[in-house]
Amino acid sequence: MSVDIYNYDLKPGKKTLIGNAAMVEGALAAGCRFFAGYPITPQNDVPERMSVRLPQLKGRFIQMEDEIGSISAVIGASFAGLKAMTSTSGPGFSLMQESLSWAACVEVPIVVCDVQRSGPGSGIVSLPHQSDIIQAQYGGNGEYKVIAYAPASCQELFDFTFEAFNDAEKWRIPVIVFSDAWLGHVREQVIIPTLEEINEKIIPRKPMPDEIKGWVPFSKKVNDEIVVPNAVPTIGYDSFPDWLPSVSHNPTGFPTEDSLVSYKMIEAICDKILKNEDKICKTKSYYLDDADIAIVTYGFPSRPALAAVRQARKEGIKVGLLRLLTVWPFPTKIMHELSEKVKKIIDVEINWGQMLIWMKANVADNTQIHFIPQISKLHEPKEILSKIKEVA
Amino acid sequence: MSLGDIKGEADLPEHPLVANKVIYLAKLFGGVKSLFCRGCGYGAIAQWIGNIFYEDKLDIHKYPIINGVGCYTMIPIIMPGKILMNLHGRGLAVATGIKMANPELKPIIIAGDGDLLSIGTNHFIHAARRNLDCVCLLLHNLTFGMTGGQVAPTAQLGQIASTARHGYMQEMIDAVELAKVAGATYITRCTTAQPIQFMKYFRKALKHKGFALIDVVSQCVTYFGRHNKMAEPVEVFNWIRKNTVSIKQAKSMSKEDLKKKFVTGEFLEIQKPTLMSEYLKLIEKSQEVK
Repeated sequence: MSVDIYNYDLKPGKKTLIGNAAMVEGALAAGCRFFAGYPITPQNDVPERMSVRLPQLKGRFIQMEDEIGSISAVIGASFAGLKAMTSTSGPGFSLMQESLSWAACVEVPIVVCDVQRSGPGSGIVSLPHQSDIIQAQYGGNGEYKVIAYAPASCQELFDFTFEAFNDAEKWRIPVIVFSDAWLGHVREQVIIPTLEEINEKIIPRKPMPDEIKGWVPFSKKVNDEIVVPNAVPTIGYDSFPDWLPSVSHNPTGFPTEDSLVSYKMIEAICDKILKNEDKICKTKSYYLDDADIAIVTYGFPSRPALAAVRQARKEGIKVGLLRLLTVWPFPTKIMHELSEKVKKIIDVEINWGQMLIWMKANVADNTQIHFIPQISKLHEPKEILSKIKEVA
Repeated sequence: MSLGDIKGEADLPEHPLVANKVIYLAKLFGGVKSLFCRGCGYGAIAQWIGNIFYEDKLDIHKYPIINGVGCYTMIPIIMPGKILMNLHGRGLAVATGIKMANPELKPIIIAGDGDLLSIGTNHFIHAARRNLDCVCLLLHNLTFGMTGGQVAPTAQLGQIASTARHGYMQEMIDAVELAKVAGATYITRCTTAQPIQFMKYFRKALKHKGFALIDVVSQCVTYFGRHNKMAEPVEVFNWIRKNTVSIKQAKSMSKEDLKKKFVTGEFLEIQKPTLMSEYLKLIEKSQEVK
């Protein structure tokens, strides 16, 4: 498959794009050639741009009848050999949970971009809210794990969407990219990589295993380690099982009603992520070497938080910042190490504390955790700064 | 070796292709235990499809079978082909993705009344509207069999079911009429008493370019039969036969008379551009702009 994503409009180098467009270009660079979506504000730029760009790249675009149809079509396309994604916002993301759970069960690589908006209910369509963080991991039925990215700029939207596709292929899992109503509409400079840079980083789709003898289509535990298959079972190839069920199955894909087989399946699809936390979790630290207080945040609030940290540093307060570039799986080890270094943590999120409970569960004893809630609005740096002063 | 002998994971071969052979051998030597109820029509339907696959030497890779959730989920055990089981009702949406990603494939969707006309009606209407090039097989038994005989949207007025103990009081939905309105291009109905017709329609549907609906009226003896005073499997079968009329006969009958009848035959066969035939043109057009 050609990875030549350029056209008259897009060349390697600097380019000003809005967030949603950066996300599209990141996906196309990563080899995404199928998109199914349904209109919902504030992600509409994504299907709009996809509908123009995908036919240029001989990819497929379709506007489905609803979000359930969109994600089902994406799973179908992924099983038919194309890298595929969909994008949506809060209420649509809720509709997709059913199929996300199925995708995790049958280990099909897909990417879902969630341009989050305010909730609950129909909420406020044009305002940001990190409203779907818990839902992404715990929204579907049954036990499964996902990987979720939380970019904070247009460049990161491009890069993380690219990474999301790589992770989906590598771990055979649904990967979620969290944007929000404002980030999706910020206009910033993005550096479009050259073909060589893309080819260096990309993990291409592999429909057939090198050695079909002994190959199993699903993850399984071998000597205390979860082995993720090196190819995706693809319709039209011999590697596709006779019966690929949506029910609990053993590693060969045979359906089961045996509790032990089910236990092993859940163990495989959960532990392939949890046991590889070190390889998957990405975080970024600012001024944490000598800090007494740490701000922990992810996504768009990272920007006011960083501004507040810099201001506080100027005023002589030893404060640092930990950004979770991936929110799922939760970086339990990094969080614990941080809490041993600093005794005070400030959680900054645009919601009512969706990650707060995870932070509390993973810090050392006697760590003070403070939280600045915010709804449908980005934090102002001074708001965070005054909390830093209050805590210090 | 029969599949019934496979008790745990240890008995299963390591590789799906080996499992393939086991199933094949089991089929060859008749060792497979059907998981359907005594007298159920689904086994027969699966056998007919199997016959077509074997007789016409169809390439199993080219005709993926998209299987929903219902009693017929057990069909893979007695049917050839590469089968993708999906969630309840999402078959046509999944098939849309498969067909678009690889236009050389021709998905065969197997769905029940609940799948296609209750939870998946939306996908059904839109797949027909887009003229998705696929074969959509509706196993029409007026009942949710797997969950215990609840009423299906195809249930007739007065039908007794687990969730309609005093008789169903709502009008039924007619898949054939719905498909006509939605824009399907090949629409047929037959019953489990008409294997010759079924095989003819199925072969035609495989060759047809566009959305082909085959509505097969089938007997659910365990729930539909018992609830509706037809305890013996053959009674339901005979009841379907008695109530089957051809399109020709139906023309001279009143609407009232047709209410509890199954009209069978080929309702529509036309040619229209399909989803992918149009999309491939768009791809060509987009290349020039680039």
